Amino acid sequence: MPQQTLRQKLEILADAAKYDASCASSGTAKKNSLGGKGVGSTEGMGICHAYAPDGRCISLLKILLTNHCIFDCHYCINRKSSNVARARFTPQEVVDLTLSFYRRNYIEGLFLSSGIVKSANHTMEQLVEVARILREEHDFRGYIHLKTIPEADAEIIHEAGLYADRVSINVELPTDTGLTRLAPDKNARQIEGAMGRTKERILTAKDERKRFRHAPRFAPAGQSTQMIVGADDANDAAIIGKASRLYDNFGLRRVYYSAFSPIPDASAVLPLKRPPLLREHRLYQSDWLMRFYGFAPQEVADAAGADGNLPLDIDPKLAWALKFRESFPVDVNRAPRELLLRVPGLGTKAVARILASRRHRRLRLDDVARLTASLAKVRPFICTVDWRPTFLTDRADLRGLLTPKSEQLELF
Amino acid sequence: MTAMQHVSLGAHYAVHLPAPDDFAVWRDRARGLVQCDVPPDRVSWVEPGGTGDLFAAEGPSRSEKRLPVPPADAPPVRASKRFLELARHAALHSDPARFGLLYRVLWRLQRNPGLMEDKADPEVRRIEELAKSVRRDAHKMHAFVRFREVEEEDGTPHFVAWFEPDHHIVRAEAAFFMRRFANMRWSILTPRGSIHWDGETMREGPPARRSDAPGGDPVEDLWRSYYASIFNPARLKVGAMLSEMPKKYWKNLPEAALIPQLIAGAQAREARMVASGSLDMGERPSTLEGVGTAIHACRNCPIGELDNRAVMGEGPLGAPLMIVGEQPGDQEDRTGRPFVGPAGQLLDDYLSRAGIDRSAAYVTNAVKHFKFVWKGKHRLHQSPGAKEIDTCRWWLEAERTIVKPRLVLALGASAARGLLGKTVSITRVRGSPTALDDGTELWVTAHPSYLLRLEGEAREEQARLFAADLAAVRERLAELAG
Repeated sequence: MPQQTLRQKLEILADAAKYDASCASSGTAKKNSLGGKGVGSTEGMGICHAYAPDGRCISLLKILLTNHCIFDCHYCINRKSSNVARARFTPQEVVDLTLSFYRRNYIEGLFLSSGIVKSANHTMEQLVEVARILREEHDFRGYIHLKTIPEADAEIIHEAGLYADRVSINVELPTDTGLTRLAPDKNARQIEGAMGRTKERILTAKDERKRFRHAPRFAPAGQSTQMIVGADDANDAAIIGKASRLYDNFGLRRVYYSAFSPIPDASAVLPLKRPPLLREHRLYQSDWLMRFYGFAPQEVADAAGADGNLPLDIDPKLAWALKFRESFPVDVNRAPRELLLRVPGLGTKAVARILASRRHRRLRLDDVARLTASLAKVRPFICTVDWRPTFLTDRADLRGLLTPKSEQLELF
Repeated sequence: MTAMQHVSLGAHYAVHLPAPDDFAVWRDRARGLVQCDVPPDRVSWVEPGGTGDLFAAEGPSRSEKRLPVPPADAPPVRASKRFLELARHAALHSDPARFGLLYRVLWRLQRNPGLMEDKADPEVRRIEELAKSVRRDAHKMHAFVRFREVEEEDGTPHFVAWFEPDHHIVRAEAAFFMRRFANMRWSILTPRGSIHWDGETMREGPPARRSDAPGGDPVEDLWRSYYASIFNPARLKVGAMLSEMPKKYWKNLPEAALIPQLIAGAQAREARMVASGSLDMGERPSTLEGVGTAIHACRNCPIGELDNRAVMGEGPLGAPLMIVGEQPGDQEDRTGRPFVGPAGQLLDDYLSRAGIDRSAAYVTNAVKHFKFVWKGKHRLHQSPGAKEIDTCRWWLEAERTIVKPRLVLALGASAARGLLGKTVSITRVRGSPTALDDGTELWVTAHPSYLLRLEGEAREEQARLFAADLAAVRERLAELAG
């Protein structure tokens, strides 16, 4: 086979990374390149430098070091038995690409993952080597996210955390049975064990940092994980439960959901149809309800239907409100923050604005209109000085009134 | 003595700002005017090239007065921290009415120090909106500036970008780029002014034109390749893209030129992904005859293309035992029946010795077609690959769903993979049951052809194990029939 060009390798290894949902480049320690030799800065908030037509943000150069793999996970395009074109970068090639993209302001940094070649340890060492060259030889101060391999030795994973802003370990599937069936080479205990060790190291490093100013940082942007949705039959309630246990047990910054998408050369064990993309969106919304709106995992699960899945036509907060109508209407002039956060259509910012404003005036409906994005969504669930939704929350057709009317049209 | 007494009530003032983003001068003048108690409708704010505050009560032509000087004992002007924070951003907005708005709110703050908390107040809300769109513009500048590399006369690289901001943010955002690219020489050219960093000092320049910036960079090709490859055509969401990357920015983003063709090709690309991968085999047949017909036509893996026929399993519906081999061999392919060749005869032998009635069992293979290579006139058996077994699993599962055996006996690793979807070690799993997805018991043992290849003690040892496995299966079947 003729030698692949850098561009061909990039095409293959970016294509292989496109199923990964995570993209964040925020929440790390502040860094800049003043007084250094290289480039790069991180200022808390990540920047999306471009958006692809799939709606996803491009913040990092997200590629695999190689898509050769000795594992045979059914949902994965790179599995051993797949017939995809294979390619392999050298660590130096990844370093050069990252730097030339970064200098032109295309990216915030690098998100590097890899198929497993030779052994988990060998692969992890290669990933770490890329980060080491960037940090040590080029004094790169941008963002680095390394995917870590739970089967690799703890010491190599530890080294990854010393160079990277964020590390992640994929749980892959919401249930252990799903994992056993679809990722026969992976092991749930091993994955959670590695997550647990990473959590300990993050905590230790934070603690040391309090005592010694020059203690090395360890993954200052924390750890995250990704779960594939729709490849097995786990319902939304099971997925939400799993995510919340992961947040609690391992102090994860984010759980990413990746709707299983049809992959070329898919294994026969997989479903033929992709799950609706909206399902992934509803799961993210439920994630927000738990992280920012004070919903308990069980409450989100209560918003799901009899099959344990969240409705697709309305968001989970509205679904919850329609199911628990006795909690409404909420008086915007009197209700505490927790109750205001339960009102469909009121986000955290709108709630903050309402709380600040009502110290100055008794809010009327047109005041609320100025403070929220959509009054129509909010109106059936609130009362103001001049408004009370008479029995509206009891109307049987309320759901119909609040459900978006038209199906989204096909674009082409 | 109050400030009021110093000012004639009817006077109009025009404040000429030296630059449209000069918050410091605005702040200084506004402070003086408040101290002189000049009400908002008596002040026009004029930025360079502008005609002043369009909403001022009087035009600026009548108001060319020197600004009043506040008395020495004038009370200090107060503004909340929140106001300053927002005003600093709002002042950079391109709305010509912004300075007048800021002055009105500053004026009101003197009587109502908590005003900024009243988010429902229309003027407070407006300032928040202005500040928000300035922050968004700044954020988009951080994101969408695209440097192109040019070589200076001294051979050092110089990175030059062209950007078109909506608001007067260029000077304010220079520091961001300095912190990020401290060790590069760079310039950002915009229609509102330009900034240059040489690695040590920042320099401001006049407004620029697009043609002043370089036209391309060889790395852009790589970047475009990346952009096209990281896009997943199975997830087209154009609306989500447009809300974050509005079309007005596209003309200066090298990758954006690809968007129309990526969108147009997406559905075809997804269809290809699905077609080449998860084969659309439609509904699974619900009868064994249906499966038998369908497998003849199956070309989902290359084995189906060889010169062979599909071999269907045989045995009664509802058979308590299902025996699964690897694939038909030469003789099975000729006769169209499973397990009739040498390995089949050996199997029959062991089954009858173990007390298992083959005719009561359903006997089939993990792979339905014979895989071989020609060697002279002979067809030489070849083991099916993992992918081929996984593909054929569709049919095996169909048979299992229809026959509904209580116990499945897999002969060899390929058969086990056909049922489990993964490769297991026979030595590790033999002798005890493994549960299949639906709870059915799977027992795994060696393939009889393995025994045929062994000789001497090794064969005796394996024969003993094979017989023991079959005996265990017979006992278990009796229990299940219980």
